Amino acid sequence: MSRLKDRAERREAGAAAPGRRRSRDTGRRMPGWEIALRYALLLAVLALTVGPFLWQLSTSLKGPHEDIFASPPSFLPEQPTFDNYARVAETIPVWDYALNSLTVAVVNVVANCAGAALAGYALARLRYRGRRAATLVFILAMLVPVEGIIIALFTTMRGLGLNDTLAGVVLPLSISALNVLLMRNAFLNLPYEVEEAAFVDGANVWQRFVRIALPSVKGTLAVVAILSFMGAWDDFLWPLIVLSDPQNFTLTIGLNYLHGTFADDERLVAAGTIIAVLPLVVLFACLQRYFFRGVGEGAVKG
Amino acid sequence: MTTPTTSPVSTPGKTAKRRAPGGRPPAGRPRGGRSRIRRQLPTSPWLFAAPGMLVAGAFSLYPFLSTVANSFTDRRALLPGSFVGLDNYREMLGDEMFWIGLRNSTLYVLGVVPALVILPLLLALLVEKQIPGITFFRSAFYTPVVASIVVVGLIWVWLLDERGLVNSMLEVVGAGPVGFLSDQWLLLLSAMAVTVWKGLGYYMIIYLAALGNVPRELHEAASVDGAGAVRRFLTVTVPAVRSTMVLVGALSSVAAFKVFSEVYLMAGPDGGPAGEDTTLVMLVQRTGTGLSGRVGYSAAISVVVFVVTVALMLLVLRADRKEDA
Repeated sequence: MSRLKDRAERREAGAAAPGRRRSRDTGRRMPGWEIALRYALLLAVLALTVGPFLWQLSTSLKGPHEDIFASPPSFLPEQPTFDNYARVAETIPVWDYALNSLTVAVVNVVANCAGAALAGYALARLRYRGRRAATLVFILAMLVPVEGIIIALFTTMRGLGLNDTLAGVVLPLSISALNVLLMRNAFLNLPYEVEEAAFVDGANVWQRFVRIALPSVKGTLAVVAILSFMGAWDDFLWPLIVLSDPQNFTLTIGLNYLHGTFADDERLVAAGTIIAVLPLVVLFACLQRYFFRGVGEGAVKG
Repeated sequence: MTTPTTSPVSTPGKTAKRRAPGGRPPAGRPRGGRSRIRRQLPTSPWLFAAPGMLVAGAFSLYPFLSTVANSFTDRRALLPGSFVGLDNYREMLGDEMFWIGLRNSTLYVLGVVPALVILPLLLALLVEKQIPGITFFRSAFYTPVVASIVVVGLIWVWLLDERGLVNSMLEVVGAGPVGFLSDQWLLLLSAMAVTVWKGLGYYMIIYLAALGNVPRELHEAASVDGAGAVRRFLTVTVPAVRSTMVLVGALSSVAAFKVFSEVYLMAGPDGGPAGEDTTLVMLVQRTGTGLSGRVGYSAAISVVVFVVTVALMLLVLRADRKEDA
């Protein structure tokens, strides 16, 4: 039995990170000029993709007497200071906003992992009348574009008395249909025999789910967790509509507000954006594998 | 949980029968599992699926149906409204703002999709080869995907500012400041560039997975035949990843038509000078929110967004099938 489980885990791991599957060399040796050209191009793209973030970081560290509009531009702050981070906190309650974002993101992760695993297991494993209909519900829900239903979503939320609350922000994101279908696929890929054996041993549905099925799909669960965290932390349109009291803003909405109200001080806006982007960059640096894997699985479904 | 004691009596035969073909355990779960695992409390599957179905129903399907229904009413934010037939749609046809929104969202698809189908493929070819440090480059190229669209939007608002980095570098080479964020068309173009910039890494990863599946023999054969790099790209790589290109085309065109945040952040809530940069989803948001929000009219615009989104998907998928035939 444990061997079967190992196999399942390995299968899971094998499916991991499509981007990491080693691409094969064409067999010929690369001439020196080609290697040089490749690195030159890589560095150029690097400057283009990461450069803007670094420029923003540099701007956020520049002192009040530095000319941030200088031409030719000065890329490094001459009088580096964290003052702007303190000042952005005086202008808007940026740490409260960060806490709101964190709350929404964490609740979203927990709700999605639990809800999607449960529903995915039901769709993949349990035999019952109406399972196809239930699967169809999730497929249809996945196809509905959020952008088209935001106003109706807002009226629904107001009907529930949840507009302008963090619960209202997180509810529509919690248990996304895409995640349910991802979990369903993960469970479908597990060999059946393990659970059968557990069944013979007298394990009930809940025990089979928690002790056997769930530990075997940890990889997909991690993908769901990351997609949920990123989705909630980065979301803009929906919180923009459902939140109105600046007290309840999440970071993205707070930044938009900061930009709209205090646009003249670029150092402040820059500091705010760095606060918003840093946690995700760190998360990404630590868990790249699952981010890339999420792309593959999300795209095939989406 | 219903009496596992009874099953051993009936199952050994079945198990043997199921395993018979080739001795391989049955891969198919439904057939394989029917015998035993169905014996559970009949309510538990629904309990398992209930939270998910509740969310899907209440926050996707119900709002969708109510959007369609609202589009035939004159409902407002605080007034229930009544049935008005096709009035909203009729009004839409005469609404200049609607046409501006439709034009901009369509232009967005036309501008963004070709770039997002081709550039990430080239980028994937660049990072495909295992050379030292390539993992770092791949991750670095992915950073814009991880960042919130708000962060990305504000970074580029600052970069493209009248006195921002791009203009001060242009000044160095003697070019005058360009009003990236003040001219109607430049604004739309800049927003498209930002969308492409943010999407590059995402589609690069999709292409990278597809490139891993291109048989290396094809490249070798082409090399032996004396095909150069460009030739090999067109005759080997492109046909091999064609279905991925269609997928990327579908994903990016649907996303591009629904563009909101980039334009909202760069052009402002009102959509730039005289609202000329308003997109369709911005119009949905603007007409539907606020105390005087026209929920009914906004819903009619949403229905157009639905229809075009589905049409785009079908169009791309049909193009795929036609080329296959």
